[in-house]
Amino acid sequence: MPPLAQRNLFHDKVRLTVTLTGIVFSVVLIVVQLGLFLGFTTATSNLIDHSGADLWITSKNVPYVEQGVAFSERKLNQVRAVPGVEDAQKLITRWTQWKRHDGGQDSVQIVGINVDATMERPWNLVEGRVEDLKSPDAVILDELYKQKLGVSHVGEVFEIGGYRARVVGFTRGIRSFTTSPYVFTSFKNAQDFANLREDQTMFILVKVAPGASLEQVRRDLLDHVKDVEVFTTSEFSRMTTFYWMFTTGAGVAVLIAAVLGLVVGFVVVAQTIYATTVDHIREFGTLKAMGAPNSYVYKVIMKQAAIAAVLGYALGMILSVFVVHGSQKGGAAILMPPQMAVGMFFLTLLMCVGAALVSINKVTRIDPAMVFKG
Amino acid sequence: MQSAITVRDLTKKYDEGANGTLALRGLDLDVHAGELLMLMGPSGSGKTTLLSIMGCILTASSGSVRIAGREVVGLSEKQLPALRLEHIGFVFQGFNLFPTLTAGENVELMLDLKGVSASKAKRRAQELLEQVGLAEKYSAFPSDLSGGQKQRVAIARALAGDPGIILADEPTAALDSHTGRNVMEMMSDLAHKRGRAVVIVTHDSRVLNFADRIIRIEDGAIARNTEAEMVPPGLLSQHFPQPGLGLA
Repeated sequence: MPPLAQRNLFHDKVRLTVTLTGIVFSVVLIVVQLGLFLGFTTATSNLIDHSGADLWITSKNVPYVEQGVAFSERKLNQVRAVPGVEDAQKLITRWTQWKRHDGGQDSVQIVGINVDATMERPWNLVEGRVEDLKSPDAVILDELYKQKLGVSHVGEVFEIGGYRARVVGFTRGIRSFTTSPYVFTSFKNAQDFANLREDQTMFILVKVAPGASLEQVRRDLLDHVKDVEVFTTSEFSRMTTFYWMFTTGAGVAVLIAAVLGLVVGFVVVAQTIYATTVDHIREFGTLKAMGAPNSYVYKVIMKQAAIAAVLGYALGMILSVFVVHGSQKGGAAILMPPQMAVGMFFLTLLMCVGAALVSINKVTRIDPAMVFKG
Repeated sequence: MQSAITVRDLTKKYDEGANGTLALRGLDLDVHAGELLMLMGPSGSGKTTLLSIMGCILTASSGSVRIAGREVVGLSEKQLPALRLEHIGFVFQGFNLFPTLTAGENVELMLDLKGVSASKAKRRAQELLEQVGLAEKYSAFPSDLSGGQKQRVAIARALAGDPGIILADEPTAALDSHTGRNVMEMMSDLAHKRGRAVVIVTHDSRVLNFADRIIRIEDGAIARNTEAEMVPPGLLSQHFPQPGLGLA
């Protein structure tokens, strides 16, 4: 086919620029919003997803991980006695106050773990070792929050909940969804920082023995341990994500913005391709007079839309990569997994081809006799 | 001589109903292969409507139109494009070239519609442009061509589909005398040397000498009384141009 579609598209540089700008805007906005959504989703359930546990035991009516309620740590022995439980460890997560050197305070989320165990250990350490948490007052936090908490290097001493805290290491990429950074410490320290009694814990993490049925162990735990709820890790992760993303409305807001991006892109592309079609309406009429079936004319228009989609997608993704990369050091990470990039291509194509349907309607109604009008 | 186009009792009414306009009233007409027929008449007389119906672009309200022996009245909208592609080539007053395609690509477009492969289409387009004297303009865009050159490209495009019928609507209206004459010589060749049935709608009295037959249409009917003149095919074109011939 002679390059009619390409030539029509590139003929008017201004209109092409407008079309591509609309598509790029749409692509970047959708990628950023969806990437934020993914980033938020990951951040909300980070702690749960990286716990290494199969089951989470909580007090009754705990809807998400930040809403834990303290209960007796004696239940730990009951849990360990249930068949199929390979390992069980106590865990504390609680908000408390971090006091900076300048006297200011910031809210942090203490994560108290058994340092000798394998569950809920901080990951992606860039400085220090997890074992350093055995030292008195030791804490590990993410390098992202250094400035916020007034920390510059390992060894610095601060105050958490009125207790001494000494920084022994930094992680990279452990974001919390809220503005309160996670601060990892030993279980004993966490009880102090979080103002809990010595016989209290907030969660019990369970590792199921190989070959044991997860559901069976869960049922057995509910039978043997009173006044608790038992969730699988994925279940508790979903509950926590759902709370933060949908109950608070945060996720809905970014999704709405993504949809808006799609609508804007659609409207801009529809308008510019329609304008191009109207500009070339006489040519389409001539094509039909020459004997071109409607499908041939549709192919020209669709090809225009597809070329615009590919170009706009490519430019949009280049820009998106920069934005995503730049967000990594920020408070809210924008994630763009390969599946999203691929999906975005097809969405862009669909958006442009769908927008071209408006023009298809126009050319379908062309009266070929119009070619005789001088 | 077999008729390329046969029209019988053709009627065309726009806007059916009491307020409709009768554009054509019971026309009878034959167009033969190898002849150059001119349709003349005042504006609004129905010339272009007749041309459009013969070209399977408009549908008749009643009557019969046969193209290459096939009845076209009553065919659906979907069947007409294929018929046009097979049998009819158009040449327009405004040239109607695609401005974003080169001269060669404009001709290739017709070949692409006929399903010719890209390489063959390119070769054939080059041959056709050579035949109209524009071989060196293959890569030129219409904006770089003169009016006469554009019309010659349009003729090459019309020929690309190898149609038996060429329909031209005011092909010389936008051209000067000399260029118009060149174009008409080409149209005449199509009829007399290549055996096409050529029908030209024109107001241009400068080109009447090229006609084998001139039919005058008024108020949707063929005016036979004073102004329609039937001339034996080929006879008039052999003589020195005689302006007027009793035609207004």
